[in-house]
Amino acid sequence: MKYVDEFRDREKAEALIREINTVVAGIDLARHRPINIMEVCGGHTHSIFRYGLEGMLPKEIELIHGPGCPVCVLPMGRVDDCVAIAERPEVIFTTFGDAMRVPGSKKSLMQAKAAGADVRMVYSPMDALALARKNPGREVVFFALGFETTMPSTALTVLQAEAEGVRNFSLFCNHITIVPTIKAILDSPDLQLDGFLGPGHVSMVTGTAPYQFIARHYRRPLVVAGFEPLDILQSIWMVLKQIRDGRAEVENQYARIVSDAGNAAALAAVGRVYELREFFEWRGLGSIDHSGVRLRAAYAHFDAEKRFAIPNVTIADPSSCQCGEVLKGVIKPWQCKMFGGACNPETPLGALMVSSEGACAAHYQYGGVQRRMGVA
Amino acid sequence: MCLGIPGRIVSIDDAENRLATVDVGGVRRQINIACIVDAEHPPEACVGDWVLVHVGFAMSRIDEAQAAETLRILAELGEAESEIEAMRMTAAS
Ligand code: SF4
Repeated sequence: MKYVDEFRDREKAEALIREINTVVAGIDLARHRPINIMEVCGGHTHSIFRYGLEGMLPKEIELIHGPGCPVCVLPMGRVDDCVAIAERPEVIFTTFGDAMRVPGSKKSLMQAKAAGADVRMVYSPMDALALARKNPGREVVFFALGFETTMPSTALTVLQAEAEGVRNFSLFCNHITIVPTIKAILDSPDLQLDGFLGPGHVSMVTGTAPYQFIARHYRRPLVVAGFEPLDILQSIWMVLKQIRDGRAEVENQYARIVSDAGNAAALAAVGRVYELREFFEWRGLGSIDHSGVRLRAAYAHFDAEKRFAIPNVTIADPSSCQCGEVLKGVIKPWQCKMFGGACNPETPLGALMVSSEGACAAHYQYGGVQRRMGVA
Repeated sequence: MCLGIPGRIVSIDDAENRLATVDVGGVRRQINIACIVDAEHPPEACVGDWVLVHVGFAMSRIDEAQAAETLRILAELGEAESEIEAMRMTAAS
């Protein structure tokens, strides 16, 4: 348990691991096959690798690293669309830094910038709106990315632009929503999932109600979890107790941030500005019904997809990449043939290698490679 | 962008547009506080609040001890520095 030394609350971590072992010993299923628990959120994936949590858990538990990193599931075709918009001479294309290096079919935004496109990293969509005010002769486009955590920020920015009458500002909307994707994974025959760690900051906005169907309809436990190592261990323990007791409920370990009702002001802004798309394409997972949002007709003048002709073609992931199988938890990152060789953080082939919240990058960074090669 | 970072609201810049200045690890920048105000907690009451800031928007009020613990964890995860750097980059613009 070498990583436990890093915990400030070492005793608590060790006590939790003991509790987890006791509970697992009481689960019959664990004698026949691993108990598969999916952490949906990339923030959890990062913490799990950073603190080596997998190594502390009993071998009967298998953590499956889910699709909850918005950068990791961005399809190549959408990156190509970004580049096409960014290369227009009148456009200032603004984006969160995370998205700069995601490979498109020809180039990433970073490569487009190096080739002369006016691509600027911003910290907030409000910074993009400020750029639009300052550059009335240019078209400022913001690359809106993320789950419900960031949706309110772009919705409120659009409402602000509307209130001020800013006309040279628009969003290239790629916001996605996690619930339909969890459903798609539960419906896929590839994988037997026994429980979930629910995303902390998505739930801060949405509340816990959207997950009820997982408990009611699919009879799987879900515990909304915080991001600290103790939060994650405690949440795993809560999921395991539900499995042992034959319960399937939505529980909230992260109540210090997440309320059952969510954030009313944030949800109101999102509901005003966005509506569900019929379907949206996910890298590695394909098209998933109702898994993305777009701007409502009332805000169409802020919609970059309407303002600019974009290629909007679906580009298949390179056949050598196994990102989809990793995303669904069918294989481990290091089982991908490209892992660590052709695909590494310097020259990522798949988006899972770009973001530090992607399973492949996290595995690469925190000892996955060394462990496999017997160095550590 | 998904983890957010704790900061403390030091002043209200524009109550009507819900704009305030936040201090995050010594870096000050303007953020939007629309998601943490309501009739019971108007903008004026927000000065001194610790909040979790996601991409320039206060998304949740937190207590001070929790804020310190979250900052410590983010620093360990290597997230705090990049987040503050991103804030600094655009703080002046
Ligand atoms: S190693 Fe690279 S190509 Fe393989 S699954 Fe991971 S990101 Fe995709």
